[in-house]
This record gives sequence, C-alpha cells and structure tokens, in this order.
Amino acid sequence: MSAQSAIDLVYYEARLIDEKRFDEWYELFTDDALYWMPLSRDQPIGETYTSLLYEDKLLLKVRIERLRHPNAFSQHQPSFSQHVLQQPALESNDPASGRCVIRTPFIYVETKRDTQLMLAGVAFHHVASTPGGWKIHMKKVELLNRDAALPSIELLI
Amino acid sequence: MNRYSADPASVRGLVRPDCIHRDVYLDPEVFDLEMERLWRNAWIYVGHDSQVPNPGDFYSAQIGREPVIMVRGTDTKVRVLPNRCSHKGTKLVSATQGHCQAGLLRCPYHGWTYRLDGTLRSVPMKSGYEGVQEPLRGLTELNSFNYRGFVFVRLAHEGLGFQEFFGDSLTSIDNMVDRSPEGRLEVAGPPLRYLHDCNWKMYVENLNDAMHPMVAHESSAGTAKRLWNSAPPGTPKPMVIEQFTPFVNDYEFFEKMGVKVYPHGHSYTGVNFSIHSSYSSVGEYEKRMVAAYGEERARAILSEARHNTVYYPSLTIKGAIQTIRVARPLAVDKTLIESWTFRLVGAPDEILARSATYSRLINAPTSMVGHDDLHCYRAIQEGLASASSNWVSLHRNFTPTESAGITGTFGATNEAPMRGQYRAWAELMTQVEIPPA
Repeated sequence: MSAQSAIDLVYYEARLIDEKRFDEWYELFTDDALYWMPLSRDQPIGETYTSLLYEDKLLLKVRIERLRHPNAFSQHQPSFSQHVLQQPALESNDPASGRCVIRTPFIYVETKRDTQLMLAGVAFHHVASTPGGWKIHMKKVELLNRDAALPSIELLI
Repeated sequence: MNRYSADPASVRGLVRPDCIHRDVYLDPEVFDLEMERLWRNAWIYVGHDSQVPNPGDFYSAQIGREPVIMVRGTDTKVRVLPNRCSHKGTKLVSATQGHCQAGLLRCPYHGWTYRLDGTLRSVPMKSGYEGVQEPLRGLTELNSFNYRGFVFVRLAHEGLGFQEFFGDSLTSIDNMVDRSPEGRLEVAGPPLRYLHDCNWKMYVENLNDAMHPMVAHESSAGTAKRLWNSAPPGTPKPMVIEQFTPFVNDYEFFEKMGVKVYPHGHSYTGVNFSIHSSYSSVGEYEKRMVAAYGEERARAILSEARHNTVYYPSLTIKGAIQTIRVARPLAVDKTLIESWTFRLVGAPDEILARSATYSRLINAPTSMVGHDDLHCYRAIQEGLASASSNWVSLHRNFTPTESAGITGTFGATNEAPMRGQYRAWAELMTQVEIPPA
C-alpha cells in the first residue's frame, strides 16, 4: 500500500468525525488502538502520566455511544466540529513492518449554537498495513495550548 | 446598584436554614464581597510542598484575587508571600513555577531583591531614598499552614486558626498521606485545567451531592456499564470499567455511603464505603503497606475509602484515589477547576496509573462525565435568571433542630453538607477584617 493512501486516510478520518459518522470512524482503528492527547509537552507515553485523553477502543466505544444516548444532556444542544488540516506529511515509514507515521498540523473548530471554540495542534497518525487496508493503531493529538484552562471539548479532535 | 456592597451584613439575608437566595450565584456584587471577605477569611489551598522540593523553588497562584508565591526558603521552610513588589507593585514572578536565582526574588522592573523569607535585601541606588518617611519594606509573609504537605493560606490578618477552622476534617488528608508506605505524597505532573462557566459554589456543592450521579452520568457511566455487561464471559475487568460503573449505582448505595459534616463548611461523603471501595487490590502495594505499618494499621488505612472531602471553600480531595480538585473563582459565572494527581511515595506504579486514569476520565475538559456535570451547573446558572422564585432549595432531610449547628453523620443523600456550607458562607461573609496597619 502506498504512503499516499495512508495520507488519504488522515483526511478521511477527519471527515468522518466532522460528519459524525462515528461507527465508520471507529472501524478505522485496529483492535489494540490508542487515541492519546497528552497534557504536558514531551510527555512520555503511558498511564502513569495524566493525559487529556488516553482511550482504547472500549472507551472510544463508550464515547461514541454516549454521544447518541438520549440522556447525554450536554449534547441536547448538539456540538459540531470542523477540522482544517495542513498537508499531512510522512514522518517515518517502515515498509518492512508495514507501519508509518503521518504528521498533520491542524486547526479544529467546535461549535455549540452561539459558542465557538478554536484549537490548533499537530496530529500524529501511527498507521499499520492490515489485510483490510491501512488502520490507525495510534492517534496522538498534541494540542498547542494543552496547558491552558480549557472549556469542554465534547467531540473528537 | 449597591444592594449588597453598601450593607455587607445584608448578605446574611441570602441564607435561610433550608434555602438560599439565587443572588449567591448570580450577583456580581456578592461575588466581589466573596473575594473581599470569604476568600480572605477562610483558609485557602495554595499548593503542595512537593511542588517546591528545593530551597529557592517557587510556585505561583491566585488566591481569590490576590497573586501569591509559595516558596521554599534557604531554611527549607515553605512560606507564602504576596507576589507584589513593595516598590511599584510589579508581580515578582510571572511563571507558574520555577527557581529563584541566587536565592533571591528579583523584581523585573527596577531590580529590588528580596530574600526567600520576604525580607528586603537590596535596592539599586539606595542613596536616593534617604529621608523618606516610610521605611523601605520587604514582602509581608502571609499566614500560611503546611499540613502534611498541603499548604494553605489565610489572607486576613485576624480569623480562625488553621486547626480550629478545619478540625477533624483533616483526617481525610491524614488518610491520603498515610496511604503512602513512606507517609509522603508527591504531585505527579501538571494539573488538568477545566474552565467552568458557572459560579464556584455549584462545583463545590456537587462534590457532596449524592443524588445526581445516577441521573447526570447515565449517558457515560451507564453506557460503560452496558457495554461491559455485553463483554464475553471471562474478559478481565478493565480499570476504567471499575472506575466508571459505580457512578450509576442506585440511590440506596449512595444513601448508605454516609456523609460526615463538620463545622465551618467542611464535610465528606463515603463514611461507610464509597464508589472507590471495590477497586481490585494491588498485591505488591498491600505488601509494602503491611511492611511499613503492620497488618492491622495497614488494613485500617486501606479500609477507609472516603469519596469526596470538601475543605471549604477551595479544596476537595479524594484520598482513596489520590486526586484533588481545586476551585479558583474567576468571576461570578466563571471558575477554573484544577485537578491534580498525586503519587504515593513508595507505592508501585499501578497505583499512580489508577489515580491518573481517574483524573483523566472524570476531571479533564474532554471528560464524558465532566461534560454532563458542567452542563448541569451551566443550566442552573441560566435557569436561575428566571424570577419565578428567588429561592433555591437545600431542603432534603432538613430538620429544624439544625439551628443549633449542623455536625454529625447522616445518610449521604441528605443536603446537610450544603446547608453547612452556607452557614459557613454567611459567617465568613460577615466577619469584618481588621485592616492592616
């Protein structure tokens, strides 16, 4: 599989979130996937460090199921998101193991009626070649202002 | 309007034995008075002394509206100083934390320097100040108290002493510290910082509100529980499921958990057990605890699983899971909640991972649980704009005999802790401070 098709996956993943096609989005991840938003700069990976998000597929499932739960009160006035991605770039590529890392600076906008939140950062997609095509085995999102006092971030960056 | 500022004693009328006036959450004048009185008369949490491990290390914070520095002196004592040069008033340190070069605080504007105990060390071109009536001053050390690593400050010159203010509620801090085989805690990393667009008191009240989890958190914890129930038999129970599912336990569970109420607004839920009681044990940790304390004492420490302890008005702690949440009011409808994770010194990493996981799941701006809590606070902030009634209910299990004082142990769905908070609120709001010389 080409590196270009891995880059296409990054665009597609953002589009699925923005269109709230969460079940399709969920299938883009390997069974052992991790979605990680570190809290500090240069934070090592691992659960002994407090993160903004550190979710396996079980927690991601809880998250997307909650979003459509009739008593998800914070979503009775629904949130919407828009990713604006800079050209994703191949950060590293290991054809032997069928893995590569793609780096994508982004701006993320989340709205709820009259409030709008805008965040910037860099996403790292660690993707693996599988019989079903490229899948994400880790998505790491480094928010630019991850040390700031942040309001609720309700959807997925 | 000057409704309250012209007559501060009038705020007493906002608190009745079983209800409160909506202005306590809505009125900017009441908020101003809280900053001038309550947040100066009470003992407010500044930080943990492990944030300043070495002489010269500092941590800066805002207490009410006042910038302060927590600094460890060359004598290793931790002090709290005003973050304000006594010359022109410049903030001496602007970083959240750091180290004072050469053991001195140096003003970035005109270079006045202070020793770490606040005394003035040097002023450039001192000769120009001869004959001034007011002697050149250092920084006046604030009244602070370091209780087993937790550093509090009382900005007012007069008021209740630390021990008198917190009394036996300090046993919750004791239990949190005793859970370390070495009797020591360390802050583990920076805090989660979650901006709440609501009044600070809604947040603090909610920490001992046992009637909301099964309603507000049905969509998150309830979903986690449902997904777990459909997992194939024999699947090992993940830590996140252990932490999520007790949130949707039934009313009986939360009632029987129990709440203990102390004077001056402090209280804790989880007298008998709590949502933290059924976490799976970590064998290596228990082994180290028994080695450090002996079997009986180790069991006694670990069998306390208090839920939330409120150190009114600023600090709430979860000793059983080693996380704390600090309320920093910013405006009448804006509050910063900082959630800190602690390491039990001498405990294995699994325990820290459990604490960091809990903080993230419950307290992060990305938390599914937090989203619904904040939604409810915000809905109160907006709903109370309705003038259909001026009064907000604190009625649950109210008894008129409470007029003699609200202390003791109750069923945890009792709103006694909130009534106790407002009793303290009225006292702290009407104590008149003796102004500094």
